[in-house]
Formats: sequence, C-alpha cells, structure tokens
Amino acid sequence: MRKKHTSREYESELKDLKSQLATMAYDVKAMIHDSMNALQKKDIKLAEEVIERDFYINQIELEIDEFCLIILARRQPLAKDLRFITIALKMVTDLERMGDMTVSIARRVIKLQKMPPVKIPDKILLMAKSVQEMLQLAIESLLESDATKADQVLEQDDSVDELYHQNFRYLIKLMAQNENLIEPLVHLQSVAKWLERLGDHCTNLAEFVVFKVSGENVRHVSRAK
Amino acid sequence: MKQFEIQNLSAWYHQNQVLSGVSLDITLKTATAIIGPSGCGKSTFIRCLNRMHELSEGARLEGKIILDGEDLHGQQIDPVMLRRRVGMVFQKPNPFPHWSILDNAVSGLKLTHRLKHSDKFSIAESALRKAALWNEVKDRLNQPGVSLSGGQQQRLCIARALAVEPEVILMDEPCSALDPIATARIEDLIHDLKKNYTIIIVTHSMQQAARVSDQTAFLLHGILVEMSDTNQLFTSPKDSRTEDYITGKFG
Repeated sequence: MRKKHTSREYESELKDLKSQLATMAYDVKAMIHDSMNALQKKDIKLAEEVIERDFYINQIELEIDEFCLIILARRQPLAKDLRFITIALKMVTDLERMGDMTVSIARRVIKLQKMPPVKIPDKILLMAKSVQEMLQLAIESLLESDATKADQVLEQDDSVDELYHQNFRYLIKLMAQNENLIEPLVHLQSVAKWLERLGDHCTNLAEFVVFKVSGENVRHVSRAK
Repeated sequence: MKQFEIQNLSAWYHQNQVLSGVSLDITLKTATAIIGPSGCGKSTFIRCLNRMHELSEGARLEGKIILDGEDLHGQQIDPVMLRRRVGMVFQKPNPFPHWSILDNAVSGLKLTHRLKHSDKFSIAESALRKAALWNEVKDRLNQPGVSLSGGQQQRLCIARALAVEPEVILMDEPCSALDPIATARIEDLIHDLKKNYTIIIVTHSMQQAARVSDQTAFLLHGILVEMSDTNQLFTSPKDSRTEDYITGKFG
C-alpha cells in the first residue's frame, strides 16, 4: 500500500496538484480532439470554441505555477515530492504550448473554409488519433505513477514521426499534381506539423513522469536511440 | 582520504542497544550530516567518535572506529587528548558563565594547563576569527561569554573547540536553539571550516543537512539505512525508508 505523508494537509496539496495537472491535460486532449473534429467536419463554430478555450488553459497554467511555488515555499519538498513539483512546473509549460498548437490547428480550419476543398489525408487522422492515445497514456502514467505507461508513450512517438514523414511526401506529391490546391495543402501540412509537435510534447510529459517515478532522467537519451 | 573508518559499530546503554552494526567512512575535510528520527542513535553515534559515549553510566560499544588509521580504543590513545583532536559543539551554547569571552575562547587550553599567558591573546584572536566572531567581540573581550546573543555564544563554543586545533568538529544539533539569521551564520561558518577541518553534524533539520553537508547518513532504529552524496540523497534516495523519512511519511 502506498504510504501517506504524516501531514494530511501536505498529502492533500500534492494530491490536488496531481489532479489539477491531469484536469489540464484532459482539457488539452479535448482541444486536440475538437480541433481535429472541426477540421474533418469543417465546423467553424467548433474551431472558434477551441480558440476561446485556450484562455482557460493559460489561466490554469498560472494557477498551477503559483500552487507549485506555494508548496515549494511552505513545504520545502524533498526526494519524490521535490521531483514531482519540478516536473509539474515543466509539465504545465508543455501543456500550455499544446493548447496553443490546437489553436493553430483551429485557425487553419477557419482559413481552409475560404479555399478549394481538400480531403484530409488518412495519415493526418491517424497521427491525431495516436497523439490523443499518447496524451491519455501520459495522463494515466502520471496519475498511477506508472513508468511502464510512460515508456509506451515514448515508443509511440516514433510511429507518429513516421506517419508525419509519409504524409509530408504524400502532400508534396499532391501539390505537384494539383497546383490550384497548393495553398490548402500547405495548411494541411501545417496541421500535420502541429500534430507531430504535439507528439513530441506528449513524449516530454512521459519523460517527466519517468523522472518523477524513478529519479532517472531519460530526456534526450530516448530521442538519441 | 578517510578521516574516520567506522566498522560494525554497535552501542548500548545498559541493556538498551542504540546502534547496530553501523559501518561507514567519513572523508577528510568534508561535512557529513547525520539525520534520522529522535532516538535513532544519531547523538550516540557522534559521541562514540570522541569516546564521550563511554562517559555515560552503563554505556558500552562493540566494533571498530579508526581515526587517521589509528584504532580509537588502542592503548596508546588518551581519551582526553582525543577529545582535543575531535572537538564537540553541543545543542545549547554552553560558555563558562563566569569567564570572559577571551577566557572562554581559550578554555580548552586553560583547563589542560597548556596555555602560556603570552600566547593567550593571539590564540583567542585566531580562534575567534576562524569562528567568524572576532569583529563582533574584539572590543569587549573581557565581558562574560554569557553576555553574547545565543548565536554568538554558539560561535564562541566553536571558537573554543577550534582553539585546541582539532582535526574534527562534531556538532550535535548546533542550531536548534538559534534563530534563522544566527543559523545562517553557523551554516556559513561550517562551509568555511570544512576547508580545514572534518565536520560531522547531527541535525533534525533536513533542509540544514541539505544546505551544509557533502554526504548524508540516515539512521533508523540504530541502523545505517543509507549514506550517500547529499545531492543524491535528497533528490533520489536509494532506500524507500529514506524516501519515506525525508518526504515526511514517517510514523
């Protein structure tokens, strides 16, 4: 059984922090889902909603930052607790950037409305699905302190990168064949780039969880493999 | 280079065993913190290192303590002289109440009749300077030691330990009776002193251990659970009992 802190107040602060991080991550996951849904369904209203929701993500980032500072000042955490607070401060930055990327996708949705219609390549949809699975795994690994799930995120990023490269070649080919579609296809390429970056941020989140759980710093090591 | 080699040290007060098979090395001119909950044997441990433990009634020990390659319990070791080599600073500052600041600083030499009158002032000045107290007391050296603030009295006790030119200074919770500013002064002093002396400090404050020491040993129920580089121990301890203690999941 997991041992609890002798101070119940401290125990509950750390629990709150974890749950705030998970809530923020779930909000970002919903934004990825909705921005891609808006892209597929050409739903401008949904795209605008995603853009508006970014304001709340920014707010949560500030709140979690402040909460971490208070815990550092009042509790002077050590060992796993210290590692948790330091990764929490980093995770919010990644999650906030991820929110910004969904906004970028949503903005592309709005721009694409004014252009000749293009079919969304399957590879982009697969990337979006994969990135959401990675984020889900990263959240679960945080909540369950499960480094194995975090490792799965790191593995899955390779397939997202591979899909990105395949899609890139496919879009270049399409552009060469249809000059009048170059502009919307460039926007789709941007969407793919944001998805690939979202995958990288999921990897960061997973690496932070590994550090929290084991004290082992796997950043850059996994990338080099 | 090793200052102390402690091999399989066990200690008792009457039937009560307070240390069980502690083995560790203390590196020369470093600061080592000993942490652990009340009753874990921290103070007994450092009291063994200058043979103060044996002064308590019913106290005994087993195992070996090697200081600079020499067995601490060897026949050639004089415990009184040993305590000059391995000085001690206690929890509460304890200057001699009726003695002046100057006499307190050199009391270790005065009491063993090894002080030439002509040397008294220069030895006191040197010790008080090393203890970072000189500038605060140089104009009132003849006032009683107890006229100083708590933090200054503790630095006077450190000066007293330094005046006999020790190799090691043991500190048993030296800041527990001091305010944060006086504590910061003592911690700064520890930082300076370890350039020339080996420091072993018992502390209840994990933050203090983290701030002042190069390596930290965690004792629990008289057993050495873990001894690591301080940075390592406070960020990623190896033993789950250390983790539980330093993150406050104890008891």
